[in-house]
Amino acid sequence: MSGNDDGGQGSKPREFGFETRAIHAGARPDPVTGARNTPIYQTTSYVFDDVEHAADLFNLQTFGFIYSRLTNPTVSVLEERIANLEGGRAGVCAASGHAAQFLTFFTLLEPGDEFVSSRNLYGGSLTQFGISFKRLGWTCHFVDPTDPENFRRALTPRCKAIFLEVLANPGGIVVDIEPVAEIAREVGIPLIVDNTLATPYLCRPIEWGADIVIHSTTKFLGGHGTAMGGALVESGRFDWARDGKFPTMTEPDPAYHGLTFYETFGDFGFAMKARAVALRDFGPTLSPANAFYTITGIESLPLRMERHVANAQKVAEFLDGHPAVAWVSYAGLPSSPYHELARKYLPKGAGSVFTFGLKRGYEAGIKLVESVNLLSHLANIGDTRSLIIHPASTIHRQLSEEQKIAVGAGPEVVRLSIGLESVEDIIDDLERALVACII
Amino acid sequence: MNPGPAVETIHYNDDHLKGILRRVRTIAMVGASANWVRPSSFAMKYLQGKGFRVIPVNPGRAGGEILGETVYATLREIPGPVDMVDIFRASEAAGAIVDEAIEVAPEKGIEVVWMQLGVRDDEAAGRAEAAGLTVIMNRCPKIEYGRLYGELSWSGINSGIISSKRLKVGS
Repeated sequence: MSGNDDGGQGSKPREFGFETRAIHAGARPDPVTGARNTPIYQTTSYVFDDVEHAADLFNLQTFGFIYSRLTNPTVSVLEERIANLEGGRAGVCAASGHAAQFLTFFTLLEPGDEFVSSRNLYGGSLTQFGISFKRLGWTCHFVDPTDPENFRRALTPRCKAIFLEVLANPGGIVVDIEPVAEIAREVGIPLIVDNTLATPYLCRPIEWGADIVIHSTTKFLGGHGTAMGGALVESGRFDWARDGKFPTMTEPDPAYHGLTFYETFGDFGFAMKARAVALRDFGPTLSPANAFYTITGIESLPLRMERHVANAQKVAEFLDGHPAVAWVSYAGLPSSPYHELARKYLPKGAGSVFTFGLKRGYEAGIKLVESVNLLSHLANIGDTRSLIIHPASTIHRQLSEEQKIAVGAGPEVVRLSIGLESVEDIIDDLERALVACII
Repeated sequence: MNPGPAVETIHYNDDHLKGILRRVRTIAMVGASANWVRPSSFAMKYLQGKGFRVIPVNPGRAGGEILGETVYATLREIPGPVDMVDIFRASEAAGAIVDEAIEVAPEKGIEVVWMQLGVRDDEAAGRAEAAGLTVIMNRCPKIEYGRLYGELSWSGINSGIISSKRLKVGS
C-alpha cells in the first residue's frame, strides 16, 4: 500500500464556501440516471434484495431505505444540506418545526424530566412547551434570557436541556448564546437553539457552543411560503455518557433489541435515535415534495437573506422616525439594546422579522393590518412576500396579558416579516396604511 | 468503548481512506462480539455485506463461530493472509494488538492497522508506521465506507462531500 507518504493525514482540503454548500451539499447527481437536480422520490417504500437485507435494515445494521416514514432519498438530501450548512454532524427532517422540536425532546426526556427555556419564543413554542408537553410529564421553566445567569438559576436536577431562539420571534431580541452554552456545558446538558429566524447564513449556533439546532424550514430556508417542514441538527460534540443523565442514549433500547444508540452510532447517535425511535413511532414525516421545494429554496438562501436584511434595515429606519410609531424593536438599529449582541452573533444582518409598537395601541394595530395593500396579513414569516400580523389578536392570542407583554407581543405590537419586493413599495404601503393609525 | 467525542479527531484524506477500503479484502476484527446488538457485530455484518471477508479474533470465543466465520484467539492463529487488522478494543488494549500485528505482518501480509472509533494510541501507531504499516485511528470502517460511498447520507449524516460526479451504482 504505497504512495501514502503523509500517512493520508496531510493538510485539510480547503473548505467550500457557504454559497457553494447551499447549492451542492448532500446533492450529488442521481447515481442511476445522472439527473443533476435532486429527483422527487415520490414513493412510500423500497424493495429489499432478500430477507436478510430486510432484516439488516430493520435492525439498523446497514444503511438504506425501508419506508418513507423513516427515510426518503429526497428528504435525505435536505437533511444533509441543513446539517452541512449548520456545521453539524447529522440532521433529521420532520413535517414542521414543531414536529422537529417534539422529536428532539422525546429523544432527550423521560416523563418527570424538565428543561429551561428562554421565554422569548414563537408563541406556538410557548404553548407546546408550557401546556402540551406538560401532559407528557415534561416541565418547562421559562426565563428572561436577557441575563444568561437566569438559565442557571432556573436549573433543577431533573433539567435535561436548555432551549433558546438566538434571534427571537416575534422580533428584535438577540440572546447571548455563548455564556448560556457555557452554563449548559458546566452542568452537562445540551443547549438547543432554534435558528429559524437567523438561518445558518446569518448565524451558526453550533460555532457558539450549541449542541442541537432546530429549524422550521417553512420559513427562510424554504423561503417562498410554499412548503411546511422542520429539521433538527446534531453537532456531534455532546458527550451523552458523561454522567448518566441520558439513559435513552446510553442504555440498551428495548425498542431495538437492546441496541445502545450512543455506543453504536457515536457522534450521530442522537440523530439516529430521533429518527429510528421518535420519527418511527410518532410519524411526523416530511413529504418528499416539500423537501424538494425546500432544497430548491436553500439554493438561493444567501442571496435572499442579503436582500431580506437590507430591506428590513431600511423599513426599520423608516418606522423609527414615524409619528404614529412608539418604538421599533430591530437589533439592526443602533438604538436597540440588542444591537451589540447582533453585531457579535449576526454580523451580516439582524434578520428580517421584527416588531414595532403603535402609539394608539390595540385598535391601531388592527387598523394597520387591515389597511395595508401590498403586505400580506397572515401568520407566517420568512416568505419572499412582506408579511404583517398583530400578534396579540392572532398568534399570541392564547397567552395571558402578562405573558403577551413579557414575550414582546403586547396590545400595541405589530410584527413584520420583510420580504424581497422593491423596498420603496414596502415603505410606501406602510406609510399609506399608517395614516389610518394616526387619525 | 467510548464513542467519538472523547477522542480527538484525526484528519485523513478521503482518497486515502477510499484507497484502503478498495485494496483491503480480508479484515481480522480483534474484539469481535458474538452478541449481535454490539457495535462490532454491526460493523462485521455490514462489511461482510460489502464483500469483505471478516475474521473474528476473540480469545474468549476461540473455536466458535461468529456470522459464519471461525473465531481465533490471536492474529497469529489465523490461517491464511490478512490485509487489515481492525481493533475493536479499548485504547489501553490497542498497543499489544498493534505489536502482534507488526510481528505477524510479514507472514500474513498485513498492510493496515485500523483502530475503531474512540480508539487511539499514538505510540503504537508510530511503531506500526515504522514497520511500514498504514495506520488509521478513531474511525469506523463501516461508517467511513458508508460516508465515502454515499450510504451514510441516506440517514441525513453530513458526509462533507461536495461533487458533481455521480457515484457509480454499487461502488
